[in-house]
Amino acid sequence: MHELSIATSIIEIAEEFAIKNKGANIIKIEIEVGELSGIVVDSLEFALELAIEKTVLERAKIIITTIKGMARCKQCGNEYVNSDWYTACPQCASMDFDITGGKELQIKSIFIE
Amino acid sequence: MCDTCGCEGDSPVTYNKPNEEHSHDEKNEHSHEHPHHEHPHHHDHADKHHSHDHKHEHGHSHGKEMKIEQNILTKNNSLAERNRGYFEAKNIFALNLVSSPGSGKTSLLERTLKDIGQDLNFYVVEGDQQTMNDANRIAALKVPVIQINTGNGCHLDAEMVNKAVKQLNVANDAVLVIENVGNLVCPSLFDLGESKRVVVISVTEGDDKPIKYPTMFHSADICIINKIDLLPYVDFDVEKAKNYASSVNHHLKFFEVSVKTGEGMSAWYAWLKDTQQH
Ligand SMILES: Nc1nc2c(ncn2[C@@H]2O[C@H](COP(=O)(O)OP(=O)(O)OP(=O)(O)O)[C@@H](O)[C@H]2O)c(=O)[nH]1
Ligand SMILES: [Mg+2]
Ligand SMILES: [Zn+2]
Ligand SMILES: [Zn+2]
Ligand SMILES: [Zn+2]
Repeated sequence: MHELSIATSIIEIAEEFAIKNKGANIIKIEIEVGELSGIVVDSLEFALELAIEKTVLERAKIIITTIKGMARCKQCGNEYVNSDWYTACPQCASMDFDITGGKELQIKSIFIE
Repeated sequence: MCDTCGCEGDSPVTYNKPNEEHSHDEKNEHSHEHPHHEHPHHHDHADKHHSHDHKHEHGHSHGKEMKIEQNILTKNNSLAERNRGYFEAKNIFALNLVSSPGSGKTSLLERTLKDIGQDLNFYVVEGDQQTMNDANRIAALKVPVIQINTGNGCHLDAEMVNKAVKQLNVANDAVLVIENVGNLVCPSLFDLGESKRVVVISVTEGDDKPIKYPTMFHSADICIINKIDLLPYVDFDVEKAKNYASSVNHHLKFFEVSVKTGEGMSAWYAWLKDTQQH
């Protein structure tokens, strides 16, 4: 359950943000989780639910957006969905690709009152 | 609350060196440290910050958006970079050894220490949720070792390694082997500042492990396939496993070994010595 560590880190970042912004009241936080980030969104939601109690996020709305895993084929240049690291290019069947999206694990925005 | 130190009171992270001379009464010698308790948990904010009624924005439920775009792992990543800088300055070659529970990480380490412990200056950090067992196995070989017990934590992080390494007092030009908690999921996300990440799988596991846990195999530099002495008794297809692993990471370098019989170990030793020098 490293999602609990991740939840703790999210709260730490939010608390640092609140301090820097003179105790701004956080009403919403937007989090982006890539399909290739190694994080299970359901577990993260569950962990956050437990962890935000008595923190600056206690009353905040938490929005988690999943970002698709994407690859660009190095043989034919095709860009395609690769949700598992090992999907071959559907156009030319090559396994030679760069991952171009889906590794995100970030706090995108914080909304204050 | 957090899983590693358990702010609620249970299972703090502990760091222990096995008792060199006498007494197995390690219980009395626990040095309890609570690394996560250094950061402030501001539980009293609710009272402090309720003086904002001068700025009523009627009907605005969306609030004001502040773009953050901050990687959630930033803190661990920057501490890992600090570890990496420390290792580089002291010319320490650091390995992060990861696998499922029981693939043979400690056995691999024991055999390596026995066979080439004379040639390289080894130091070991052991990570397990509980017990001093693995550290005691290493200490029996007269190699400096420290045990991190993570309690409920399912992985080592850069902060734990930072503390452990300080206590170990690692010499210049040494090889530092960090055995992570047996787990193929969580340790993949946490950079420790290592020079190379080594993932071990054994032939008693499925040959599709690399695609079941692609994040770990993607993040590794070296893949050791262990227990090949058991190949006649299991259905593990080595080529298939290697193909799966290469499909998630075509930079992976493989070693096929039996820690038990010693087969294939010389290639691993040659790599260790060679890479350590650069
Ligand atoms: N047959 C055979 N058994 C092995 C080999 N290497 C390790 N083992 C056995 O596998 C078991 C687990 O080995 P460990 O070295 O404790 O595994 P580990 O990865 O350190 O385990 P954790 O620290 O609990 O995650 C032990 O019973 C070892 O004797 C091998 O090459 N062949
Ligand atoms: Mg072990
Ligand atoms: Zn975990
Ligand atoms: Zn293609
Ligand atoms: Zn804590």
